[in-house]
Amino acid sequence: MGQPTITRHSSDVLIIGAGGAGLRAAIAAREAGKTVTIVCKSLFGKAHTVMAEGGMAAAMGNVNPHDNWQVHFRDTMRGGKFMSHPRMAELHAKESPMRVWELETYGALFDRTPEGKISQRNFGGHEYPRLAHVGDRTGLELIRTLQQKVTSLQQDDKKATGDAESGIKVFAETTMIRLLMRDGRVGGAFGYQRATGDFFSFTAAAVIIATGGLGKTFKVTSNSWESTGDGLALALRAGATAINMEFVQFHPTGMMWPPSVRGVLVTESVRGDGGVLRNSEGKRFMFNYVPEVFRDQYATTEEEGDRWYTDPDNNKRPPELLPRDEVARAINAEVKAGRGSPHGGVFLDIGSRRSEEFIRRRLPSMYHQFKQLADVDITKEPMEVGPTGHYAMGGLEVDPDTQATNIPGMFCAGEASGGLHGSNRLGGNSLSDLAVFGKRAGDAAVAFVDEHGHQTPKFSDDELQAYAHEALEPFRHAGESGYENAYDIHRALQEMMFSLVGIIRTEDEMREALAELDKLDERAKKLKAEGPIAFNPGWHLCFDVENMLLLGRCIANAALLRQESRGGHTRNDFPTMDPEWRRTLLECSLDGGTVKVARIPGPKVAPELMALFDRHELEKYFTTEEIDEAEAANRAGGATAATGEGA
Amino acid sequence: MGYTAHFRVWRGDANGGGLVDYEVEVNPGEVVLDVIHRIQAEQAGDLAVRWNCKAGKCGSCSMEINGYPRLACMTRMSIYRQDEIINVTPMRTFPVIKDLVTDVSFNFEKLLSIPAFAPPPGLQPGEYRMQQEDVERSQEFRKCIECFLCQDVCHVIRDHEENKKQFAGPRMFIRLAELDMHPLDVADREIAAQEDFGLGFCNITKCCTEVCPEGIKITDNAIIPMKERVVDRKYDPLPFWRRRRRVEERATPQ
Repeated sequence: MGQPTITRHSSDVLIIGAGGAGLRAAIAAREAGKTVTIVCKSLFGKAHTVMAEGGMAAAMGNVNPHDNWQVHFRDTMRGGKFMSHPRMAELHAKESPMRVWELETYGALFDRTPEGKISQRNFGGHEYPRLAHVGDRTGLELIRTLQQKVTSLQQDDKKATGDAESGIKVFAETTMIRLLMRDGRVGGAFGYQRATGDFFSFTAAAVIIATGGLGKTFKVTSNSWESTGDGLALALRAGATAINMEFVQFHPTGMMWPPSVRGVLVTESVRGDGGVLRNSEGKRFMFNYVPEVFRDQYATTEEEGDRWYTDPDNNKRPPELLPRDEVARAINAEVKAGRGSPHGGVFLDIGSRRSEEFIRRRLPSMYHQFKQLADVDITKEPMEVGPTGHYAMGGLEVDPDTQATNIPGMFCAGEASGGLHGSNRLGGNSLSDLAVFGKRAGDAAVAFVDEHGHQTPKFSDDELQAYAHEALEPFRHAGESGYENAYDIHRALQEMMFSLVGIIRTEDEMREALAELDKLDERAKKLKAEGPIAFNPGWHLCFDVENMLLLGRCIANAALLRQESRGGHTRNDFPTMDPEWRRTLLECSLDGGTVKVARIPGPKVAPELMALFDRHELEKYFTTEEIDEAEAANRAGGATAATGEGA
Repeated sequence: MGYTAHFRVWRGDANGGGLVDYEVEVNPGEVVLDVIHRIQAEQAGDLAVRWNCKAGKCGSCSMEINGYPRLACMTRMSIYRQDEIINVTPMRTFPVIKDLVTDVSFNFEKLLSIPAFAPPPGLQPGEYRMQQEDVERSQEFRKCIECFLCQDVCHVIRDHEENKKQFAGPRMFIRLAELDMHPLDVADREIAAQEDFGLGFCNITKCCTEVCPEGIKITDNAIIPMKERVVDRKYDPLPFWRRRRRVEERATPQ
C-alpha cells in the first residue's frame, strides 16, 4: 500500500460532534464571524440528541409562576446530591429560559399553554412543571431546529460569498482518531472519512469537544451507536483531565423485552404524566424507597400522590418522580427480592390510569415503540421496564464560565464535559445543558481565536502520514491468526462493564473489572480488520473499542476509590453518603499511557448560593464546618466575591 | 424459538455488485437490523450499514427489504415467514457508496435550497405566542426523522435521475408546508413550491405516505393542500388578473 492521501482543511474553530452542544457552539461561533468546521460520525442531524424524549428544563414559569432560576438551581443541586458544580448549575438555571426562547426564533414549535406560551411538563426531581417539550420527541425538535439554523446561516453565507460552505462546513460521517497537539496546545484533529477511508486533518485555532457520552461501553444502554466516548478518550490522550467518571446514570425505565430492544428508553414523561411503577404483587413499591434526604418533599400515600397531578400546590409529588438514581436502585432491589416482572424488570402502568386518547396524544412515540417492537398496547397493558445505561455525569474538567479545558485552545460542552450534573443528572437538564454550555463554549472559542488565532500550530506531512500509517495497522493483520475482530472485544467489554461496574458496585467487583480490563487491553493490541478500507465498520470499531477500554478503566478506577454511595455510584460495601467525599473530586488523567486518578478538592458553594437552602437540608450533605463558614460569610455580607470557582 | 434465516444482502459499491447469501440465526423479537448486525459480527465484518439509534428515532437505517423501503430497526422478523428468503438492498433512488449505504447528499442539497423560517421582524425571544391547534399542523411535519424513504419510493425521481434537478421530493414538500403553515412565518412559500421545487410533478399516488415510518400524512396533509393553494394563487381569475396587470405594468416603459 502506497502513502495514503491526506486532505487538509482549516478554519478558525473546529467542532467535533454535531449534537445539540456542537451545533449550538457552531451557531455562536459563526454569528461572531468565525469560520467553523463541524465533523460528526453520523449523517448531519442524526446525533444522539435526537433520542431525547421528555423535554428541556428551563424555569420560564409558564405553567407555574412560582418557578424561577433559584428553584431550578436548588433542584439541580439536590438531584446531583450537591456534587454539581455550583457555578455551572447557577449559569444553567439562569440562562436556559433564553436558550429555549431563542430556539423559537430559529423555528422550533414547542407544545403550547392555553395562553399560547411554551407548555412545560413535570419531571423527576423538578419542583414545578419545567420541561419545554414537543410530545415525547423533544430531542428531535432540538436537533432539527439547530440543524435548520446552521442551514440558514449557510444560506446567508451563500448570499454574501456565493459559497454556502464558506462560513460553516460540515464533514458528516467523519471520525476523529487523534487531536493534533503542539507544545501542550491543541491545533486541530486528525481522522478519516467513513465512506472512503480517506484521511483528513482539520487544523483550527480552537477545538470544541462535543462528542457526547459513552453508553456503548455498557451492554444494556439507551444510547445510540455513536456514544463511544471518542472525544473524551482523545482529549485524555492529549493531556486533558476528566472528573466524576464514577458517576454513570442508569435510567430506571428501559425496555426489557424483546431482548433485541433491551435498554431502549421509556421516557420519564410516562411517570410525569401519571404512570406508576408496580411490582409483581401489583404494589406501588416506590413508597418504600423514599430516602431520608427527600422525605419532606414526597407523598406518603397513593391518594396524596394522585391528588398532586391536579393540585400540586397542596399535595406532595408521588415517589415515582424521585431522581433517577433513586428509582433505578429501587427497581433493582425489587427484582433482587423476587418481585420482578417475567423478563426481570418491573411494571410501568399508565394504561389503567389515563385514557387512551390522553396517552396517544401525550406519548405518541412510546405508544408506537411498544406496539411495533414489543406487541404491547400501553393504553391497555403495563410496560415491562428496568434500568438501562443512559448518561455519563463524568467528563472533561472545564472552567464553569468558558468550558475551557486545561489544554489551551480546547473547549468542551454537553455530555462530554463533567460538572453540571454532579453525581446524578435530572431529566430535562441535558437538553438545556447542551444549549447553555454549547453557546458558552462557542463564545469562549471565539474569544480564544481573537486572542491567539495568529499562533495556530502547523503540522507536517510526515507527522500526519505517521498517524495514517498507525491507523491502518488492523488491515496489516487481515486473515492473520492470533488477531481478532473488534466486535468480539466490544461485546466482552460491554458484558463485563454492565455486570461488574453497573448499577450496584463493590470493591471486589471493581478489582475483578480492572483485571478483566487488563486482559481486554492485551487482546485489543491484536486487532484486525478484513476487507477494503471504504465504509468498513469492522475497522471503524477498532478505534471505538480502544476509546471505550480507556473510559471503562477510568470509570472502574474512580468507582473503586470513591468509598461512599452517591447518585450514579452505589457501593454495596459503603452504602451511605459521606460529607467529606462530597467535597472531593476524582480527577482522571493519563500518565505515560496509564490511567491515574487523583483526589482533588471540589468547588466550594458560594455563600449566597448556600443561603438558598435551609440549614436543615444542608446538614444532610455538608460538614458542619462548611455550613458555619457560609453562614458567617453571609452574616458578614461578604458573599459577593466568591462564585464557586476552584477551591 | 430461534431459527436460521436465509438472507440475501446486496454487496458491492459504485462499480457494481450483487446479492450474497447468508444463513443466519434469528431470535424471538428481533428486527432485521439485529440480523444484519449478526452477519456483520460473525460472517462479514466489513458489511457496510448505516445505523444509529436502533429505536426508529434517527432515520439512519433506511434500506429496501424484499423490495419495500423500510427502517431496518423497526422491521420485525416476525412479519416474514421463517422459510422466506429475505432480500436486503440499498435504497435505489440514491447512488450506492457501499453495500447498504447510499449517498443521500441530494436531500441535504435540497434542504439547503429551502429558505429558512422567517419570523415577523422585531418579535423578540420570549414574545412568541401561538395556539396549540395552530402549531399542530406544522408539528405533524416536524415529526419527520429524515430517513428519506419517501424520497426513495417517489417514482418521480426513482429511476428518473433527470428529474432530480427540478423536483425536490416529498420530504421537501412537508418542510415547505410546515413553514407555510407555521403561525408566525411571514415568507411566501407557495409559488416557490411550484416553480422552484417541482410540486407539479407529484401526481399524488401516496407512495410516500405509505412508507413513512412516522405515519405523516404527506400527501393528504401537506402536498394536496399546497397544490390547492398554488392553484388558488396562480389560476383563480381575480388574483391571476391582478398579477398579470402588475407584470404588464412593470414591462411597460414609463
